[in-house]
Amino acid sequence: MSKVEMTVNGRSVSGDVEDRTLLVHFLREHLGLTGTHVGCDTSQCGACVVHVDGKAVKSCTMLAAQAARAEVTTIEGLAAGGELHPVQAAFKEHHGLQCGFCTPGMIMAAVDMINRHSGKLDEKTVRAELEGNICRCTGYHNIVKAVLAATEQMGGAAKVAAE
Amino acid sequence: MGIEGIGARVARKEDKRFITGKGRFTEDMVVPGMKQAVFVRSPHAHANIKGIDVSAAKAMPGVIDVLAGDELAEDGIGSLICGWMIHSRDGSPMNMGEWRPLAQSKVRYVGDAVAIVIADTRAQARDAAEAVEVEYKVLPVVTDPAETLQDGAPQIHDNAPGNLIFNWGIGEEEATDSALAGAAHVTEMEIVNNRLVPNAMEPRAALGHYDAAEDHYTCWTTSQNPHVARLVMSAFYNVAPENKLRVIAPDVGGGFGSKIYIYPEEIVCLWASKKTGVPVKWVADRTEAFLTDAHGRDHVTKVKMGFDADNRIVGLKVDTIANLGAYMSLFSSATPTYLYATLLSGQYNIPNIYGNVRAVYTNTAPVDAYRGAGRPEATYVLERTMETAARELGISPAELRRANLIREFPHQTPVIMNYDTGDFEASLNAAMKAADYDGFPARKAEAEGRGKKRGIGMSCYIEACGIAPSQAVGSLGAGVGLWESAEVRVNAVGTIEVLTGSHSHGQGHETTFAQLVSDRLGIPIDNVSIVHGDTDKVQMGMGTYGSRSGAVGMSAIVKALDKVEKKAKMIAAHLLEADEADIVIENGQVKVAGTDKALGWHEVALNAYTAHNLPGGMEPGLKEGAFYDPANFTFPAGCYICEVEVDPQTGKTEIIQFVAADDFGNIINPMIVEGQVHGGVAQGIGQALLEGTVYDEGGQLLTASYMDYCMPRAGDLPSFQVSHQTTECTTNPLGIKGCGEAGAIGSPPAVINAITDAIGNNNLTMPATSQKVWAAVNAA
Repeated sequence: MSKVEMTVNGRSVSGDVEDRTLLVHFLREHLGLTGTHVGCDTSQCGACVVHVDGKAVKSCTMLAAQAARAEVTTIEGLAAGGELHPVQAAFKEHHGLQCGFCTPGMIMAAVDMINRHSGKLDEKTVRAELEGNICRCTGYHNIVKAVLAATEQMGGAAKVAAE
Repeated sequence: MGIEGIGARVARKEDKRFITGKGRFTEDMVVPGMKQAVFVRSPHAHANIKGIDVSAAKAMPGVIDVLAGDELAEDGIGSLICGWMIHSRDGSPMNMGEWRPLAQSKVRYVGDAVAIVIADTRAQARDAAEAVEVEYKVLPVVTDPAETLQDGAPQIHDNAPGNLIFNWGIGEEEATDSALAGAAHVTEMEIVNNRLVPNAMEPRAALGHYDAAEDHYTCWTTSQNPHVARLVMSAFYNVAPENKLRVIAPDVGGGFGSKIYIYPEEIVCLWASKKTGVPVKWVADRTEAFLTDAHGRDHVTKVKMGFDADNRIVGLKVDTIANLGAYMSLFSSATPTYLYATLLSGQYNIPNIYGNVRAVYTNTAPVDAYRGAGRPEATYVLERTMETAARELGISPAELRRANLIREFPHQTPVIMNYDTGDFEASLNAAMKAADYDGFPARKAEAEGRGKKRGIGMSCYIEACGIAPSQAVGSLGAGVGLWESAEVRVNAVGTIEVLTGSHSHGQGHETTFAQLVSDRLGIPIDNVSIVHGDTDKVQMGMGTYGSRSGAVGMSAIVKALDKVEKKAKMIAAHLLEADEADIVIENGQVKVAGTDKALGWHEVALNAYTAHNLPGGMEPGLKEGAFYDPANFTFPAGCYICEVEVDPQTGKTEIIQFVAADDFGNIINPMIVEGQVHGGVAQGIGQALLEGTVYDEGGQLLTASYMDYCMPRAGDLPSFQVSHQTTECTTNPLGIKGCGEAGAIGSPPAVINAITDAIGNNNLTMPATSQKVWAAVNAA
């Protein structure tokens, strides 16, 4: 057992965990943050994506101990002040989810993708970038649409802020 | 249509909880004192169990108990059943082998559950499961559906000689043989429909909680039909009487058929909770899901289709072997019979049809309904054969289909189904226009210039859904009726709860069902809540599968709304001193038609509950229930066109465009319906290009993770072009047909027809991987 401390969604947290405890299990079972899901156990499906120090990480492939002292953001922490993040809003607006199980990981991956591409994305790039996130319901059609719409929205917002 | 009524593209009410991480899935449920379970599973595909030693495992850290099949049997827990009786051609009943929730003397596939380990943590349970010593005597194995029927194949169940479950037929064999003998041209094919793993993204899970003080069980489970789960677990598995068993299917992360069935795990978790005195939770990992979720498809078929000199079909004969795996899952017998061979007429006038289906046991996971369930297999047989026939006859595939389309309705096929309505040519024309079918030769020539082989393929499908008329399915062997129930509860302030026996696991019922109520009463959808998935809240229901929630589930809501409206009108007529026949309900008002005399909907509701001034003899309150039993199946139909480019150097196939033109009857929410088509088509393209389930000779599943089983990813798929042509279903009050499965039914043959067109070699099986396509290109 070892003690891990980290910041999750802006809050300092700590817990005693077995050394083999994965970050996703720490989030789900110790912190009760059940929005992050386990879909495949092999780092393929991306239902478990969270942000660690600002980067998308598959939390089923990282030990909780490896995230010690890190800043972790989960789907529960994405809507700042109760207002939906533009990617969340776009998924709703464009019907980018059906059963909702892959959705948290999909949204966290999309936010990271938009950040990394500085708000410049086209359909082909979005599809290639979604390689690590599997959805069985939507055929990705509306997920791609939502990501592109959010990209536009966030780019627009960034421009306004710069002006 | 109101802004939130029928036909409105309303964003979903249920989305907020999912996009903010507040979904409530079975794995998220926590009960005080809850412990974690792991199943010990057979590593062998076929073996006798000589002994099970749990002593070492029981002594491991954190272990509460380890339980095996003998103890389960001692407590009288029953065997799993198949709920649809099929009789063979000779009149004998199907040979259903015993399926124990925990195997006792024999295991029959890799993954067969042998024992359950319950511990404080999942990791401890997993460690202890490794320490359970099971002594096996390994037996010979068979996994192939044709080989299992051969002499000398290993015998899997004692009561199914030669591994044959049934040998069933439909249609007129002699007439069909004679029509084929007299045909001007006969197209013959051998067609394999590849085995698929459904792969809902949420793995199956169960949490069993026995409350000793109340002598009552609660089961949270990933089910598409919690009421059927309760019924079956009570009536057949002796877990508990229905009044002492509550089944809750909260948010469920996709199903696609695989969560219809009642599996060993939920039964064992409930039983183990009583046995150990602690709530017991089990969550499948993905490999466990691959090994034990009911698989789909797995048919081997020989087909003959005969044409006269005018290219009209004169006869169709189909001989299919359907692999049902090691045990008969809940609806496994219906899928390759009444959901398959009854659709062999497709969209075509075919005077003579005979279908023969032999269902067989093999040492593989059980096979049951997967999105489309029998109809994709029928469509694949027909549409591959039609395309092949067109090539053999030297005429356009579109024109061969057009010449044979059914144009008059109702149409009685030779294989039971009676199509009530349709306009198949409208979808064919719409798809051809959207795909610019006529412009294809120019595109093909342009692709050739780039060294690419371009092909186009189509598929005209019809399916039967809105499952199903109870009397009809009862006469065909179903053990249950397939109606649906609804209750509409109007609160005193006029807001409404709708309780439904349908279950939403991605289909958006919380939105579309509310749209129906909004359309009828003119109240906002925010004032309508949909309650489902809990046997303590909803009395009875048959759940969601077979694209039935719209056609059957919503029709039940219509029937309940009819009663609510009638009573509301009587109250309003009394209060407004008007004739009941003059009362109309519009825009949230209950008014006297053609006058300004009106009451708000909420005022009528309040009057129903204050009961100060009701018509003489009327009971207070405003709450009505209804059961709706459909008069017929519904028949969605359409035309799909796929255009591909194949790189002959690598065999890689790129889908350039995919067009879907569907007739689903009336549509409640086009956004949601289009989403259903997208998802279905993606699964169909997955079957055609990527997804193959591979067992080795010893019965080991080689494709048991996402590292090995190729799921469609965003980069494998194009954006889809979707359109609707509408003929209203004549047998339900909403005129809707159902849209949940069409995409998966219609798309695989369109893809394979396109690839075989591109490469000029018709000899290609699914999944058409790059390697297979490359080999076919080079063999052409």
